[in-house]
Amino acid sequence: MFTPAHLRRTLRLAVKSLWLHRLRSFLTMLGIVFGVCSVIAMLAIGEGASFETQEQIKNLGSQNIIVRSVKPPEEQKVSDKSSQGFVLQYGLTYPDLRRLQSSIPGVTVVVPGRILREYVWNISRRVDCEIMGTVPWYPQMRNHPVARGRFFTEKDMEAAANVCVLGAAMAEILFPLGSPLGRDVRVGGSYYRVVGVMEPPAGVAPAAEASSSSKPAAHRMYIPLETARRRFGEILARERSGSIEAERVQLHEVTVKVASREAVMAVADAVKEALERHHKKKDYEIVVPLELLRRAERTRQIFNVVLGSIAAISLLVGGIGIMNIMLATVTERTREIGIRRAMGARRRDIVLQFVVESTLLAGLGGLLGVLLGIGIPWLVTWFANLKTIVTVWSPLLAFTISALVGVVFGLYPARRAAQMDPVEALRHE
Amino acid sequence: MSVSVVQLQEVRKAYQIGPVVVEALRGVSFDIRSGDYVSIMGPSGCGKSTLLNVLGCLDRPSNGRYLLGGQDTSELDDDRLSFLRGSRLGFIFQSYNLIQQLTVLENIEVPLYYQGLSEAESRRRAGGLAERVGLANRLEHKPFELSGGQQQRVAIARALANDPLILLADEPTGNLDSGSGAEILRLFDELHEQGRTLVMVTHDPGIARRATRTILLRDGLLESDVANEREGASRNA
Repeated sequence: MFTPAHLRRTLRLAVKSLWLHRLRSFLTMLGIVFGVCSVIAMLAIGEGASFETQEQIKNLGSQNIIVRSVKPPEEQKVSDKSSQGFVLQYGLTYPDLRRLQSSIPGVTVVVPGRILREYVWNISRRVDCEIMGTVPWYPQMRNHPVARGRFFTEKDMEAAANVCVLGAAMAEILFPLGSPLGRDVRVGGSYYRVVGVMEPPAGVAPAAEASSSSKPAAHRMYIPLETARRRFGEILARERSGSIEAERVQLHEVTVKVASREAVMAVADAVKEALERHHKKKDYEIVVPLELLRRAERTRQIFNVVLGSIAAISLLVGGIGIMNIMLATVTERTREIGIRRAMGARRRDIVLQFVVESTLLAGLGGLLGVLLGIGIPWLVTWFANLKTIVTVWSPLLAFTISALVGVVFGLYPARRAAQMDPVEALRHE
Repeated sequence: MSVSVVQLQEVRKAYQIGPVVVEALRGVSFDIRSGDYVSIMGPSGCGKSTLLNVLGCLDRPSNGRYLLGGQDTSELDDDRLSFLRGSRLGFIFQSYNLIQQLTVLENIEVPLYYQGLSEAESRRRAGGLAERVGLANRLEHKPFELSGGQQQRVAIARALANDPLILLADEPTGNLDSGSGAEILRLFDELHEQGRTLVMVTHDPGIARRATRTILLRDGLLESDVANEREGASRNA
């Protein structure tokens, strides 16, 4: 119907008439520009935020179930009132660990952990740190690999050796110059040899990690569980505003690895049952990363639907703007339409001319919107230090839809132009 | 030896204006042969414009037949009529009807564009036509930069672009001073001498007499159809 050469000339004609009313064309375009750019920018910010949470959840391991000891709320009140020397006992126990390991089908590995809050020293440098007593296969379980050196081994475990693996951030602080491997750190009265340094946790931008106001407990050091048991005992005493507060917690954390993803929810239920049977008080919590992941996924879906609606509305408004201006243009150019019809233009030639014009208008607006929409997330990352992700498909989709808006909303004015009676059109002043 | 390019047979045209039906043409029949120079006259409201619109395939007769170059136009659809307008007919209007944002050259190219001519070819042809009407040095000017006479010459060049069967002129000198009007009429004479078929609507008897033949309309009917005494009249016989 239309040859490429024909289309090219029509396009040139459209550029010419849009250029003739530069300001008007530009203002009309703005509607589309803002629609497209806000969609891309919002999507990028949303994507960045959800990526970060998802990454954090994934670090917990999607096949894992994490059980943590929690101080029961009523006990907290009691301990406040209680006199010195009261030892609060709660949380997960070694029998729990054995039960989880042996009685629940589908459980492959169970990783216990004790967490102690201590200062870790290298001569005069100090870091407030969580010391995690755990087992040698902890890194594989939590998808948290060792960056340098090694993790401690079964042998270290059996020997209750004084070895430790440092978190990436604390290694930087304690040993700003040179490698910490082979050096010693001091906790309380004992020294620990550094055998490895962990990778920084994935998914968290280094800048965000440093600037985030979350607890300074981001620092972690890993030692063998046996060592933790022998060196620190089971009673943790802490001096607090004159009184000594002591609590007995055997295990702070147990990570249960499930054989397959499908079985995670069933095993989680079994774990809950097993624990309920032996704990009168609810002094533990169960975290299922897979469930969190699914919830985050759902949140993202809702977010995308909301964004999609905003996009649809803003593009609709832009489209109406285009239609409005095209109707005005058609009226203004009635005489030209009459002349062209007298010179042999068919109806579809006229339709094409105006549709190409409106599509060009919307397409250019879309292009500008895409550029702005890619630029804004970059600025947001730069100034607000938020992670943003511009996916490949979001500018493509936004641009395609904006061009389509041009076609759809240009069609009606174009058809009106084409349906005009040439005699009437030629008479039009 | 000359063939009929236009045959009107009992052409009627009625308009519905509100509740009233107005018959602008009430059975008009005549032939125009190739090479004729016909002027159409009549008082205003006699149906001149309607007749010209019918001849120009801008309007269809309500009744009767109109054959253009032997082809019956009454059964043609809008696309075919558009094709006829672009390829067989050339329009010259009282108010020139040039497209204001296009240059002289581009205006002449408009009918060529819709006939699907290549860019290079249409540029070449438009340049030749501009030269023929004496505007070779005005190619890149916009219509508003030209005098009325020059604009009308652009319109004539445009009408000639597709080498039409007939040129239809509607009061071509109506908006011009007598000097440029005379120039346009001389151009018409030249075209007539070159064998073009021209139809010109006018209300000026002096201008009408320059044609070889004058058709007089009154109240939608043909009143008279006479050959004018003119030295050029015998030349094309």
